[in-house]
Amino acid sequence: MPQHDVLVIGAGLAGQRAALAAAEGGASVGIISKVHPVRSHSNAAQGGINAALNPEDSWESHAFDTVKGSDYLGDQDAIEIMCREAPEEILHLEHLGVTFHRNEQGKLGTRAFGGASAARTYYVADITGQAILHVLYEQLMKFSDSVERFEEWFTTALVKDDTGRIAGAVTRNIRDGSIELFTAKTVILATGGNGQIFDPSTNALICTGDGIAQAYRAGATLMDMEMIQYHPTTLAGIGLLITEGARGEGAHLYNANGERFMEKYAPNKMELASRDVVSRAEQTEIDEGRGFPDGTVALDITVVPKQRIHEALREIVMVGRDFAGVDITREPIHIKPGNHYVMGGVKTNVDGETDVPGLYAAGECACVSVHGGNRLGANSLLDTLIFGRRSGAHAARVAKGMSMPTPAGEDLGRERAMIDGIVGRDRTGRRVSEIRAEMGAVMDKHCAVFRDEQGLNIALETVKRLREEAKTVSVDDKGSVFNQDVLGALELQYMLDNAECIVAGAIERKESRGAQFRTDYPERNDEEWIKHIDLAAGDDGSPEISYSEVTMTQWEPQERKY
Amino acid sequence: MPDYKLKIRRFDPESGGAAYWSEYDVQVDSERSVLKGILDARDRQDGSIGIRCSCQAAICGSCAVRINGKTALACNTAIGEAAAKAGPGNPIVVEPMNNMPVIKDLIVDMDAVHWKKVQRVVPWLLPEGPPPEREHIVPAESMIDITQSMACIQCGACVGACLALEVDDEFVGPAALAKAYRFVGDPRDGQEAERLKDLAEDPHGMYDCTHCFACIEVCPKDVAPMSQIMRLRRRATNDFEIKDRNNGYGHEKAFVNIVEKYGTLHEAQLLPRSFGDGSLIKGQTEPGAVRELIQNLPTVVNGLKSGKVSPVKALYHHKLPDQRNVKKIFEEIESKDERLELNLYIVAENSAEEEGAMAEGSQES
Repeated sequence: MPQHDVLVIGAGLAGQRAALAAAEGGASVGIISKVHPVRSHSNAAQGGINAALNPEDSWESHAFDTVKGSDYLGDQDAIEIMCREAPEEILHLEHLGVTFHRNEQGKLGTRAFGGASAARTYYVADITGQAILHVLYEQLMKFSDSVERFEEWFTTALVKDDTGRIAGAVTRNIRDGSIELFTAKTVILATGGNGQIFDPSTNALICTGDGIAQAYRAGATLMDMEMIQYHPTTLAGIGLLITEGARGEGAHLYNANGERFMEKYAPNKMELASRDVVSRAEQTEIDEGRGFPDGTVALDITVVPKQRIHEALREIVMVGRDFAGVDITREPIHIKPGNHYVMGGVKTNVDGETDVPGLYAAGECACVSVHGGNRLGANSLLDTLIFGRRSGAHAARVAKGMSMPTPAGEDLGRERAMIDGIVGRDRTGRRVSEIRAEMGAVMDKHCAVFRDEQGLNIALETVKRLREEAKTVSVDDKGSVFNQDVLGALELQYMLDNAECIVAGAIERKESRGAQFRTDYPERNDEEWIKHIDLAAGDDGSPEISYSEVTMTQWEPQERKY
Repeated sequence: MPDYKLKIRRFDPESGGAAYWSEYDVQVDSERSVLKGILDARDRQDGSIGIRCSCQAAICGSCAVRINGKTALACNTAIGEAAAKAGPGNPIVVEPMNNMPVIKDLIVDMDAVHWKKVQRVVPWLLPEGPPPEREHIVPAESMIDITQSMACIQCGACVGACLALEVDDEFVGPAALAKAYRFVGDPRDGQEAERLKDLAEDPHGMYDCTHCFACIEVCPKDVAPMSQIMRLRRRATNDFEIKDRNNGYGHEKAFVNIVEKYGTLHEAQLLPRSFGDGSLIKGQTEPGAVRELIQNLPTVVNGLKSGKVSPVKALYHHKLPDQRNVKKIFEEIESKDERLELNLYIVAENSAEEEGAMAEGSQES
């Protein structure tokens, strides 16, 4: 039975950063991931990471841009911390070996990004997330004595002691199907987002909201779950991401009439307005008949010098070539808004603590909240690293002063029986893939860029029905070794918990703010709705809603124009 | 949507039985991926098909398999193209990668053959002295240069396709060596000489590569591992004069010197010059090299048997009558201030653009 001071679940940027910080704080650390750590979805962050590191720039400017980007729903104390600590974190990564782009003087160079008043995005070509993820994994290999890695282990439930404090997790070794109780003084969830609820999505197949659902089931509060970001530039149909860096490098958006339509929506920032603004503009053009027949608009990267494309947008050249059959250096590529990121998640304070004692969350699965209603591009990597580090350091400090807890219940036996039950079930219910497809379609139809009560109610009813159906799914794979089929059944239940909270939040928020645009409530309503929507699991597993205050420090809400 | 037939090599470790084939008919758009086809079969027909996959965008590196015998990511291989390559009436054949033990179906164990080797090259930056107050100041090109090896997603395709690994499973391998170049080529790293010496002296190190280009061909991210291995060797020989146990350094130098002198390769002199500095027959060989040469006698005997060398040829090598073009090549190379990367792949593809090596893909050639 493995025991650790700090147990990190998830090994993307937030998880690895948390593990390294906890080890540095003297804790014994275990890190669990359902995939090999370098397969984590942090890989997909292409464009870069924001920090006010240039002497001419200031953290206040970065913070204001973030507050404005959040449509005043972000907590300003948390945003201040993130933006203040950003420069130090970039330098730390540089010292660890991240191959950041340099300017002619050999110093760190930047690129422009959406919603930002200065070029403050540091980057490695368009593989920034991958480059940082792999460098952090280098560090995990370096510190393999102090950080124990459990690669390809799938967590099924969080475990508490009899005081209600977190005590560990039940985890299945994917390779042989054995199941273990991991005991830990503190647990940090760093399990990423839940984009797979939507179809299509830029998110990887592993982004199924596992940690968010596990925390929710363990009694933690979720927050702002309705805030789902649709990225302005994704490939139609398959949902692959084209980095915002393309627009940062100067690419233009055109409708089918050849009009550079952002002039109408954001005359100052044009293509580099906040993502919610650009996505809505595109969707409006498409809905009003000025898109292409395949339901898209065009992203023209040919205006960027060819050599610069090869140097800075290399991945996008490959994506265009391999997945769309388009040479982006020669012709525009068709794109549309697509599901990309969840601003909401497990509610935490600025040290990553949730309201379950001993349980932390960091990265996309958490909601501190620094992104509020809309996340700025290149702020997500920053969020994972800053709050991953803070969680790891805090958890290590807390663990120092306590003894190893004793898990209260028969968690191990219960989880084992649950999995055996699914594997042993005869084929009666629907297939996992059928339910998943229905959920993905209904969420993308009714809970996307534009929402209204009627559509959201359809989504809610569908999700509730699917939640019931998911209880009787059966699987084909009856084995123990790499039974991905049974894991798919568990992920499906996580996703449906997430989906219900997203829709419930979207129905609750009767205004338009950030990524939530209600056609039946098209205005932002500061008087009633500058508040977070909190969701806690009720007895039937459905969310009970309450509110919490948005922390304001120095920025009063203003009209949001780009 | 068109119909495709997939023939997947299956293996169930719990059955006690051997591997077997399963065929699936799937309906997928031709421009979608082979992975999409496999997932379609898994979703609709048989949930027990095992394959690692996640991003579906060639960035997570999970889904390297063999498709019609060639190692590739299933997610960035278009199913229509794979079907065309299989030929009319033939199924698309999908198998697990070579060189690694199969865990289940298309899932292989990458630990011993890949991850342990990566760990073996000390894969973390070892800077000299304490970190600077701000960032390290380094040439912009150096970061672009090593970003080519940073682009590696550790999918293992090169490891699966490596022919040297097939005969020497202890070979450090293309992926780990590409990772090594990421540090050797990084001006911030302070252990360049030690790293090179280590990889040169390891009998399974960088001189174990046989230049077969397989890794370059299969790499989905244009990392060109063999090119990185060649760069490691060049740095080791040119910058540090590292003499390795395989005598790769001496061999390479002898090769170049002989061609410079004769215009063609004088095979009988290659061995003595590789170990010593001159001709064995003329008695110019260093005393210490005699032992090495004796150990290589079987090679000489084989050469004599096959007629590759003869006593006459060994003494009188045919010189190329007109060596002007050979001289030109040597002059061209020696006139460059910067080291010319003697890598046919990179030079032929883009000699002009510095970032060309990373920007242009093998698939485009």
